[in-house]
Amino acid sequence: MATKKLAFIVRSLPYKTEASRLALTHAIASQTVEIYLKDGDLVEASVSYVGDGVLNCLKGQQGMKHYGITTIEGHAKNSLLLDMRVLICKEDLNKFGLTEDNILMDAEDIGGETKANIVSYSEIQKEMDAATHILVC
Amino acid sequence: MGKLTIGTFSSLVGSLSLDFSVKLAEAAVKKGHKVDFWMSGNATMLAKKGQKAFKDYSFLAKTIQDLIATGNFQICACEACAEARGYHKEDCPDGFIRKSMDWYLASTFDADRVLHIGGD
Repeated sequence: MATKKLAFIVRSLPYKTEASRLALTHAIASQTVEIYLKDGDLVEASVSYVGDGVLNCLKGQQGMKHYGITTIEGHAKNSLLLDMRVLICKEDLNKFGLTEDNILMDAEDIGGETKANIVSYSEIQKEMDAATHILVC
Repeated sequence: MGKLTIGTFSSLVGSLSLDFSVKLAEAAVKKGHKVDFWMSGNATMLAKKGQKAFKDYSFLAKTIQDLIATGNFQICACEACAEARGYHKEDCPDGFIRKSMDWYLASTFDADRVLHIGGD
């Protein structure tokens, strides 16, 4: 029985490429990975947003309206609903002039109990240090 | 010998990151390691048969078939990413696998190293 930790580090802009969306969908896929593993073995994913990647957390995205696709905000909300650990780099939010009010912090409206964490980059570094594997997207 | 899991989002021809990933896989297999190779997003373009070799463009199909023949290389495309691009099961070259994203995460479980090339 073992748990392997995957740290998804999202640094890509939303909607410019598919990378940040794929980071979230891959992280969420950790919920069904057990079908491939032995009983008791787990893969646990966390998602950290750094650099331009913090813009994926903006509230009020209009992906469906403008592109006819689900929003990255929706995927981010699902990750919180699934109790995934979500870290957002405080220094990078500050660079964009963003605060907690501008970004998705919880999934309460769909029944989620877990909240996103705004942390300094040093905390995200610790998350990477504690991970078995780091996946930068 | 170890196991390397490589994941990539980068497209065939449009980016050389996919070429780099395949070359890395080839080098690892030649050294006797096992490699699981995962493709998401535009990288699923590699899972389309009928690719032709031109001098101006990357041609990875032959290398991939040689790698599959070693028995130490598994290559898997994200099924949803491929279907969204119009690449169906019947378009997939021999020896390729098509699965959902959890296949990749499961592969990382017993990998000695994971190299994820997440850009486009």
